[in-house]
Amino acid sequence: MSYLIAFMIVFIGFLWQVSLDGIQRKVTAKIHRRVGPPWYQTFMDIFKALSKSSITHGFIYDFGVMMALGGTIATFMFLPFGNIVAFNGLDNFFVVVYLLAIGSLGMAMSASGSGNAWAGIGIMRALTQMLAYEVPFMIVVFGMIHVYGTSSLSELAHVQQMNGIFGWHIFTMPLGAIVAFISLLGMLSKVPFDTPIAPTEIASGPMVEYGGKHFGMLILQHEFATLVEVGLFVNLFLGGGNLIEYLIKYFFVYTLVTLIYAVSARFRIENVVTFFYGVPIVLSLVQAAIVIFTGLGVNV
Amino acid sequence: MNIFEEDLNDTITFWEKIKNIFRGKSLWMLHYCTGCGAVELPPTMTARFDMERLGMGPMATPRQADVLLITGYLSVKTLRRVIYTYEQMMTPKYLVGFGSCTINGGIYYDSYAVINRLDYYLPVDLYVAGCMPRPEAIMNTFKTLENMITKGEANGWKKYVENYDWYRNNQIRSLGEVYVKDEFHE
Ligand code: SF4
Repeated sequence: MSYLIAFMIVFIGFLWQVSLDGIQRKVTAKIHRRVGPPWYQTFMDIFKALSKSSITHGFIYDFGVMMALGGTIATFMFLPFGNIVAFNGLDNFFVVVYLLAIGSLGMAMSASGSGNAWAGIGIMRALTQMLAYEVPFMIVVFGMIHVYGTSSLSELAHVQQMNGIFGWHIFTMPLGAIVAFISLLGMLSKVPFDTPIAPTEIASGPMVEYGGKHFGMLILQHEFATLVEVGLFVNLFLGGGNLIEYLIKYFFVYTLVTLIYAVSARFRIENVVTFFYGVPIVLSLVQAAIVIFTGLGVNV
Repeated sequence: MNIFEEDLNDTITFWEKIKNIFRGKSLWMLHYCTGCGAVELPPTMTARFDMERLGMGPMATPRQADVLLITGYLSVKTLRRVIYTYEQMMTPKYLVGFGSCTINGGIYYDSYAVINRLDYYLPVDLYVAGCMPRPEAIMNTFKTLENMITKGEANGWKKYVENYDWYRNNQIRSLGEVYVKDEFHE
């Protein structure tokens, strides 16, 4: 039964995220004062890419792509999707963070298997950026987990709903929410932080050798990774909610990300690291200290 | 080889038609700008003419691209790179020639360094007329290309596979040996 639910949420999540991606392209186009593609454009892109031929650069190259896609879909199955939890009791923050790394590592493995120099540079940048954004994010979330004594995501979402809207962590832990949102931009590799896949500098970085079916699978992987990362933010700071509420919150978070990336330019990789290790890490430490020592902002 | 055997048939099956619809609606182009026609591409891409409304977008690498734009005159030295690029793209792939220089040499028809007819070396699906073509003409071409793909008529890459010997002989006649990948001692 739980497997059936898991497949169902994967299907709904796919339809939702891919059409939302098309809508965000429309939003970006409106900001640039153009017409923009139709909302189903991303579906077209994915199916077109899957209908093309592709070449292989060896076993590692193929296997890494499948590992990235499979690992990310598996991560998504463990995340609470609204109030639907596929595997009860396993919707744990640590499970999600641990499994999410499999996707990135599969992609890193496969891209280095392609043997292209741009891919190597792209992966180096991607892993460096991961090192930068994970630290402040983890400090905030670990503070939260320490106080509540649980790392179950649906329970963390549940405790926020006790006090209505103002119980959400975005209001009770504003500093932490700001840090987590900045980290979310880094996780999604959207424009201020899209150093790993800089098309104009390093020819799409890790993606440089992928074409056809492999590339289609990587677009899918990216969509599912987005589902997981935005979903983490919604569950931890916006209080989850039932399916409809969850999707509405998801929509607003993702649109905010789009509004930021439509108007900004790219950081260099060392700027990314110094940026994350500057103000966000201080804010996150202050937030963790407040939460742990005074209990202010959490309703234990 | 990166070629679907069933794609090489001329009969169009039901799945073939569905695939063609997807392929026509989403075209990624490689902006490998070879000649002066390329200056008309930025206005086509950006806000005024907005290429993205046709589902087109620039791609940074030949592996992901569907359309290769030859924007104008091709010197012999560039032709070599264009052939490498074209052969690295994934099938099905389409090639569009810009301006009179790709059709008959244009104002460079008697130059020693520029090839006259692109058609001898690579299979061209569609030409854009003009020297240089205006963005409206380019958008119109892309729309035509979209319709051709949806109907299954943009078969340049099949022609290239089937008449490979002929194309290769022409390439070798202009370039000497094509497949020596020695970048520094050409
Ligand atoms: S056709 Fe005209 S614009 Fe195009 S490359 Fe030739 S000279 Fe330049």
